[in-house]
Amino acid sequence: MLRRNILKSLTFGSLFFSGLLKPVLVLAKWNQTAFDATDYNEAINSYFPEQQIQETDQITISVNPVIESGAVVPLKINTNLSKPESITIFVDKNPTPLIANFDLSPACLGFISTRIKMENPSNIIVVVKADGKLFMTKAFVEVHEGGCG
Amino acid sequence: MASSIRLKTKTRDNITTVRAIIRHPMETGFRVDETSGELVPAHFIKLVTVKHNDQVVLSCDWSRAISKNPYLSFMFKGAIAGDKLELSWIDTQDKTDSIDTLIE
Repeated sequence: MLRRNILKSLTFGSLFFSGLLKPVLVLAKWNQTAFDATDYNEAINSYFPEQQIQETDQITISVNPVIESGAVVPLKINTNLSKPESITIFVDKNPTPLIANFDLSPACLGFISTRIKMENPSNIIVVVKADGKLFMTKAFVEVHEGGCG
Repeated sequence: MASSIRLKTKTRDNITTVRAIIRHPMETGFRVDETSGELVPAHFIKLVTVKHNDQVVLSCDWSRAISKNPYLSFMFKGAIAGDKLELSWIDTQDKTDSIDTLIE
């Protein structure tokens, strides 16, 4: 019995180290609590628990300040911060304020472009992790017609 | 079936710009179907992974608030023409798709 257990744990261990279990681990990364949060403070606090976020002018959010339809809001994010590791987007008045996170490998430049949905006139808040520290900036966008429904 | 993904690259001065468009409804779960009057269930891409020669260069966690038929662009260094680039996604129904291309 004991030997069987040892064998079992060995098999599990070797699966783990051979990388076969990786897809499961990658899936587990999606932060359910933060993505489900319906309040901006709750979302940002559960995504970056107990971490200081410093305001910076080293992140640029390129977005049209007045949007007719919130269904498609084109967004470009650039940062000059050295060693960018991740870019995280929040919209404070959206039904679920955490929009997306992008983990950048060391080969990446501090740049992401995408299109998001906005339900209300809101601040877009971008948090960049660079060299282990968190930085943020925000941009206000006027939205005439909500794009979440 | 045709791929849900369109992936394009352009390399200049050692920097590769990647542009992708994925065909996907990205349903929020808040939208009401006009004919049935019922809420359309949430159905959106959660994870996108981009690999350069089997090394992850970008990994994305998305919510329902990425627009329908998502667009993604980013830039990275160190690739040369002919290298392999692969993009894959997984959605909330565990559906998945991937494509690979040679870097230009």
